[in-house]
Amino acid sequence: MTRYIIRRLLWGALLLILVSALTFLLFRVLPTGEPARLRAGRNASAKVIQEIRVDLGLNKSLPEQFWLYMKGIFLHFDLGYSYYSSAPVKSLIADRLPATVSLTFGAAAIWLLSGVAVGIVSAVRRRSKLDRASMGTALVLISAPEYWLGLIALYLFAADIGRLKVFPGAGSYVGLTSHPWKWLTALILPWLVLASTNAAIYARLVRGSLIEVMGEDYIRTARAKGLTERRVILRHGLRSAINPVMTILGLDIGVLLGGAILVETVFNIPGIGRLAYDAITHSDFPIVQGTVLIAALFIIVANIVVDIAYAYLDPRVRFS
Amino acid sequence: MSAAAEPLLRVEDLRVEFPTEDGVVHAVDGITYEVAPGGTLGIVGESGSGKTVSSLTTMGLTRAQGARISGRILFEGRDLLTLSEREMRTVRGNDIAMIFQDPLSSLHPFFKVGAQLAEAVRAHQDTSKAKALQRAVELLALVGIPDPARRAQEYPHEFSGGMRQRAMIAMALANEPKLLIADEPTTALDVTVQAQILALMERLQSELGMAIVIITHDLGVVAEMADDIAVMYSGRIVEIASAASIFARPEHPYTWGLLRSIPTLAGPREAELEPIPGTPPSLINRPSGCHFHPRCPYAQPDHARIDPALEPVAGEPSHQVACLLAPDERRRIWSEQQRARSTAAEAQR
Repeated sequence: MTRYIIRRLLWGALLLILVSALTFLLFRVLPTGEPARLRAGRNASAKVIQEIRVDLGLNKSLPEQFWLYMKGIFLHFDLGYSYYSSAPVKSLIADRLPATVSLTFGAAAIWLLSGVAVGIVSAVRRRSKLDRASMGTALVLISAPEYWLGLIALYLFAADIGRLKVFPGAGSYVGLTSHPWKWLTALILPWLVLASTNAAIYARLVRGSLIEVMGEDYIRTARAKGLTERRVILRHGLRSAINPVMTILGLDIGVLLGGAILVETVFNIPGIGRLAYDAITHSDFPIVQGTVLIAALFIIVANIVVDIAYAYLDPRVRFS
Repeated sequence: MSAAAEPLLRVEDLRVEFPTEDGVVHAVDGITYEVAPGGTLGIVGESGSGKTVSSLTTMGLTRAQGARISGRILFEGRDLLTLSEREMRTVRGNDIAMIFQDPLSSLHPFFKVGAQLAEAVRAHQDTSKAKALQRAVELLALVGIPDPARRAQEYPHEFSGGMRQRAMIAMALANEPKLLIADEPTTALDVTVQAQILALMERLQSELGMAIVIITHDLGVVAEMADDIAVMYSGRIVEIASAASIFARPEHPYTWGLLRSIPTLAGPREAELEPIPGTPPSLINRPSGCHFHPRCPYAQPDHARIDPALEPVAGEPSHQVACLLAPDERRRIWSEQQRARSTAAEAQR
């Protein structure tokens, strides 16, 4: 088991190095515009631009630049500086992380609970009206784009522009520590919007998985023991059906921690996704690069966590 | 049949049908049998003959599948078909327990064996988890699993096939049932392990005094164990008698087929091992007349019209058969077959 974990960690590290190299290639080699010119601002003289080139190390050879870049990332966690604000990308990302973490985990809790609950009911009452209604709604939610749902939600419920002024509108996010109540109310709409698609996907997943599991021989055994149907479903059935859900949950959380760009943008939440979006519109490449790297890091870590968690969830994996 | 004064289980004219999109599946079509307390009944037939469905219905496990059930299942005089789901649950796993064909898929892969046994104990007894687990270890010891305390902490995939079936039997015994239904308990196991499991079941039966219904496609499995044998075909019992009668004087051509398909060490090799030609009939569109007539080598034209009733054999009231051949004719065919078999055996020596 320890060897398995070590092997996974080494693979993760290797993957991270590869992703870093790839982002370097994308941002330095592809014709993305002249960084020094972007950094210098409008109407800068050639001299200034040249000074900036030296400053950013752009006058050095590509391999040398690559070496300095990789050294910066892996030895000092140095992601460079914003072209516009000159702030270190590292601290910009650190500032934005709490909002993204709040958004991600809140939404994950909502979609997990609702998805699993609806999935169970649909599986148990298969082909009932309730099942058909749930699965129909799920299909609509899966098909609806997030930004559209977000805009609809704001149009209906936001305090500023909404028909029913229930929740604070876009741009009302505050930190948890500075004002917990405002933090909570500001996040309710984004949570629901972000959770809706996943809740629908999870409901369908749980339904399918549970229906399959309920046909297994060991479920018949559980019934033959004289257990209540409730216990048969919730303990014996769900215990098996939940495994694929946990795998996907880990990956989904990993992806969202890298920034829920659409939802953060629609609700103007200062998270990593919003940071990336703004950086892209301003061609602020160090930030774009930093957010890409941080997103990759979260996905790789999530993968490792999922693999290790799987070994704990399924004893058959643990021993082989 | 060993007809004791009061049977433990009496199944009367049981019918189980499943409405499906393709039509109604007549899984069990009016079967009647009895099991005496402490007795053993073997139910023999090919897959799709309704033997498993009849037993699952006795356990109350076909209701949820939308089955239409009629007839009576009297257990200690109480009709199980009239019980509510809640009442049935107190019978299931408590008075009547069941073990299944594939012990690996029948045990939950994610729970430790001891915990699964303890759960069976706690389903019907009000005891602590620790006590139930202790009982689980005792049960594992009872079925001959070495080092039971350690084994209780292992998962099913760490057990061998035979050990898993022992664990399933231990689970079934958790509440000292009066009746154990064993559905093909040895089919998924190695031949040497099969004998061990059957010996274990016989030992436990004599120690605990429970009745056993053993379901199998293999007459060889029930030869030693069963007091009575019911042969099922296409959802019906086509022959039922004491085990001795079934082996000495089988009356139904289908039973003859089953007997001929058992390999014996003493008898001739290979040549005489005859499969029954054809395949079991569909339970949706069943053959007309005698359901066995399409596969019966002795079928007459009118056998496709007339549906034979299960009737006692002359001179043997507890031996019943559903066959349209004249009794003399059947005896003649069977004794001819016996002669042919022994001549072939002689020839080989």
